[in-house]
Amino acid sequence: MPETVTAKLLDHPRNAWYVAAWDHEVGRKKILARTVAGRPLALYRTEDGRAVALADACWHRLAPLSQGTLMGPEDIRCPYHGITYDSRGRCTSMPAQETINPSALVPSFPVVDRYRYVWVWVGDPALADPDLIPDMHQMTDAAWTGDGLTIHAPCNYQLILDNLMDLTHEEFVHSSSIGQKELSESEFVTSHTDTTVTVERWMHDIEAPPFWLKNMRDKFPGFSGRVDRWQIIHFEAPSTICIDVGVAKAGTGAPEGDRSQGVNGYVMNTITPETARSSHYFWSFQRNYRLDSQLITTQLRDGVHGVFGEDEAMLAAQQAAIDANPDYEFYSLNIDAGGMWVRRILERMLLAEGRDHAPAPRRGAQLVR
Amino acid sequence: MAVSRTEVWQGGTVVASRPLTPEIRRIEIEVDDPAPVSPGAHIDVRLTIAGERDRRSYSIVDATDEGRRIALSIYTSPVSRGGAAVMNALAPGDRLELTQPLNDFPLRPGADRYVLIAGGVGITAMVGMAASLRARGADYRLLYAGRSRPLMAYVDDLREAHGERLRLHVRDENSSLVVPELVDGIEPGTEVYVCGPIRLMDAIRREWMKRNRPIADLRMETFGNSGWFDAQEFTVRIPASGIEARVRPNQSMLEALEAAGAEMMWDCRKGECGLCEVRVLGLSGDIDHRDVFYSERQKDARSKMCCCVSRVVAPADGAAVVEIVTS
Repeated sequence: MPETVTAKLLDHPRNAWYVAAWDHEVGRKKILARTVAGRPLALYRTEDGRAVALADACWHRLAPLSQGTLMGPEDIRCPYHGITYDSRGRCTSMPAQETINPSALVPSFPVVDRYRYVWVWVGDPALADPDLIPDMHQMTDAAWTGDGLTIHAPCNYQLILDNLMDLTHEEFVHSSSIGQKELSESEFVTSHTDTTVTVERWMHDIEAPPFWLKNMRDKFPGFSGRVDRWQIIHFEAPSTICIDVGVAKAGTGAPEGDRSQGVNGYVMNTITPETARSSHYFWSFQRNYRLDSQLITTQLRDGVHGVFGEDEAMLAAQQAAIDANPDYEFYSLNIDAGGMWVRRILERMLLAEGRDHAPAPRRGAQLVR
Repeated sequence: MAVSRTEVWQGGTVVASRPLTPEIRRIEIEVDDPAPVSPGAHIDVRLTIAGERDRRSYSIVDATDEGRRIALSIYTSPVSRGGAAVMNALAPGDRLELTQPLNDFPLRPGADRYVLIAGGVGITAMVGMAASLRARGADYRLLYAGRSRPLMAYVDDLREAHGERLRLHVRDENSSLVVPELVDGIEPGTEVYVCGPIRLMDAIRREWMKRNRPIADLRMETFGNSGWFDAQEFTVRIPASGIEARVRPNQSMLEALEAAGAEMMWDCRKGECGLCEVRVLGLSGDIDHRDVFYSERQKDARSKMCCCVSRVVAPADGAAVVEIVTS
């Protein structure tokens, strides 16, 4: 493996579950067109509510099925010549003939509804085991509540994973909300398995930044004083990162496991590569206190949306700089330990699919396949 | 997975060739540029038959070494159009030109149950499908019909691999496939894959339609090379242009018309797309429909033919002649 150069941008594994959409985005009123891992899909539900993902190109002349019509309990009709397919992509009728061409079908991709998302597998369908879907149980667990949005990020998915695996950037990118200097000063610990990476950082006895002070006061009205703050970043291959974050009154035992005097959130992120240079970034902020308050849910969603807007701007700028400087390489720092383990896992997934992760060419730079 | 129709041509070297039955020969090829082989895949080969360049399709029976070494099984039919003879003459070390795997007959995962039905050399398309279903732990049956056991390739291997899931139907042993019973015994939610002679496929399709079973559950592979009758020579005429051609037994009507200077439209050349349709003005004899494009009603009407695969057979007391209009 050519390990001397850090691949700026990685190709994405195909044998993986990716979130195609929020569950409410897929229905029967409108067929959703969305590209997942380079594969344009037509997403809809059958009359009995099952989500369907078909290739968004008719077998005949490749007209987009997403512009077609839903017919009967499960069929979709091409908008161009009316060829219809069932939810498995099998042709069920052809115009102007009494039989059906035996090769007529569009690919149908395995789909699972889980954790408020519609997950799709665009690789080898024989390998599509639902047990491989990353754990995001806080999305639906009764002990948690929250909401989120989707960012359509104009960058390679790898840049978003890097962003989330190293939160020292908060000090500089998010200085008015969650950033503080202790982020770069405190120690962090990185660990990994074959499919996961964890980066844990504790900041003891610090001032709470504005975002966290507000959350503390939601739970403990009138709170003031110092806190212990934590960030425990859990990556699960290929591109889900759930971050256990929070603060507790300083010295009340949070590092030892007693979080009762604090507030705890989970930032649920799952990144779906769209093309080599664009990504669907699905996120949600889940909390386990004041579950009944829709006001807090909405405030947190909008607050985090503002914070993530700052990331989005930086990611777009970074992608543009990468494209504009094809002959420059990445260098790595100690703070990249989590992100580098993520790369290692992804590179192994790509090799297992018989695909080289091939660093982007130094000149002429149209990145990795 | 998906249908793959992108042709990528490559070279290959024959590394083994041996008879499996008196009529079927197994040929193993090491290809220059391997690609993954999905169940149901075939390759096309460029051959020189009787001095002319032509191409033939053969299912990939099995593949090893990540698709570097592929095996085909060549059936010499009494009415072979000459491809089998060329293939059978290949010896280890010989080079040939072939495509990377193509797949018009993909095995779709996720059905509740599968029934694979092979007639004769149609088993070649089913060996890989059955292996894939077994590997996935799917609920499947493999039905294999033939004339007599010594003529049926791969029986021992299949028995070993699939045990009781394999059922043989052997005409000489009075265990022929009874199609209506077969279709009655297929539960709803089952996907059926059929590869074999046109009369087997037609019979299954007829029973299937009679019962209003969902057409999408019935998958068939055809290379358009078998008919209800033996291929014989016949005459085709296009009165409008004065063209007349003799169609040799080892030649298609489309080929004969092209050779005679008719400008023909076509695409699949295996009786699926209907683009080579000709209208029949006059007929001495009967049409041997070998396509899967027309319905039974249309075939019975005898008014049109897919000239890429279908033929004319002579009446008892005369010559086989068809007069047509081309598009």
